[in-house]
Amino acid sequence: MQSQPPAIEIDDISKRFGSRWAVSRLSFTLPAGRSLLLTGHNGSGKTTLLRMIATATFPTAGKISIFGHETREKRELLRHDVALLSHASYLYEDLTAAQNLTLLARFLGVDDSKKQVAELLERIGLTERADSPVRQFSAGMRKRLSIARLLMKAPKLALFDEPFGELDPAGILQMENLLKELQGKGVTIVLATHLIEQGQSLTQERLHLDQGRKETP
Amino acid sequence: MSVGPRVPLLKAAWLVLLKDWQIEWRTRARLTALIFFALSTLLLFSFAMGPDTDALRRHAPGYLWLALFFASVLSLGESFRIESENQALLGLILNPVEPRAIFLGKVFGNASLLFGLSLLLLPVAVALYDIELSKAPGSLLLVLLLGSIGISAPGIVYSAISANARARDVMLPLLLFPVLVPLLLASVNATRFCLGPDAQNQLPSWLKLLTAFDLIYLSVGFLLFPKVAEED
Repeated sequence: MQSQPPAIEIDDISKRFGSRWAVSRLSFTLPAGRSLLLTGHNGSGKTTLLRMIATATFPTAGKISIFGHETREKRELLRHDVALLSHASYLYEDLTAAQNLTLLARFLGVDDSKKQVAELLERIGLTERADSPVRQFSAGMRKRLSIARLLMKAPKLALFDEPFGELDPAGILQMENLLKELQGKGVTIVLATHLIEQGQSLTQERLHLDQGRKETP
Repeated sequence: MSVGPRVPLLKAAWLVLLKDWQIEWRTRARLTALIFFALSTLLLFSFAMGPDTDALRRHAPGYLWLALFFASVLSLGESFRIESENQALLGLILNPVEPRAIFLGKVFGNASLLFGLSLLLLPVAVALYDIELSKAPGSLLLVLLLGSIGISAPGIVYSAISANARARDVMLPLLLFPVLVPLLLASVNATRFCLGPDAQNQLPSWLKLLTAFDLIYLSVGFLLFPKVAEED
């Protein structure tokens, strides 16, 4: 029987911005279905690493394979299976919450997008603000809408960059439940957060970065 | 959640175009600014030339296209401002929408806006410059359409390049206008023969040249845009 390729296989990657190395000589493997806690100080390379895994950018040297496919070569295929919840919301400010989700549903070819959008808005508690433009939303509401976008994509690999930031206590609880629910469905998760204890209770593995290098925490 | 198969390129381009129209319709900011800017430009040319009706009529095609060129800078800049906010362009690419679909959707969305604007400018040009539109109306519409596409194709590429630059408002026209000079010449000459006499039947040649420019700009933009839109 053929063994399943790892969800993430990082092979000696480095990433340079100008003269600064954001990530340096990093290697790591995460089996499919496992959850990884990514820690490190501000500027340690967490966000850059997540962006590289999400195919938003690519390593200067080395290679990353997601489910056995190299990111640079198979970026369009992988983008179907990978979702990134980042600091940027990717939302259109002048569209409403419902319009933003409907747009995504159409691009993803989701069946019965109207129903799916209504269900997701209900789930994140934004039904009453469905027709309000995102420009009027608070940071927490935008984060909730970003979560709905991630859920609509139904990814096999979900990347979370500081997911608890900007959320109220109810939102934090909802986020924890979401992470557990995704794990239960076999989704591979990478969680970058400064809340280490909270993160450890939700993940099985840990990678600590210091100035772009892998360190023992 | 049931995510379907990959959305084909042309359908994705159509969705990008619809999205831009939807945003435009919600805010109407770009539309209003474009209309007033282009109308003011036509009016200023008229004031600058004074009451010399013959000169105004003779130069009307040039004024019309310059008004469209200047207005296009506003339109193209706004087209990528909405994509820069919240890194929406990256969101589209990761969704995943092919960058080439984004290019096509934005080119034709912007071209439709410029074409619509040119239709609004025609009656104003009639009133200000005393031109006649009845000589070759079909060809005139074709010239306006081809010219609008010709401005938009390289314009979208340069707008994406300059979107994150500090001096983007200056950079876009600096990059774009030199590339558009041949298109400007072809558009003005084709419009001249649509509005006035064409004794040597030169209009078809200018139309062919405009079509060729459009095809070249569209092909180059289609090939280059992924490199511009995606981070390496």
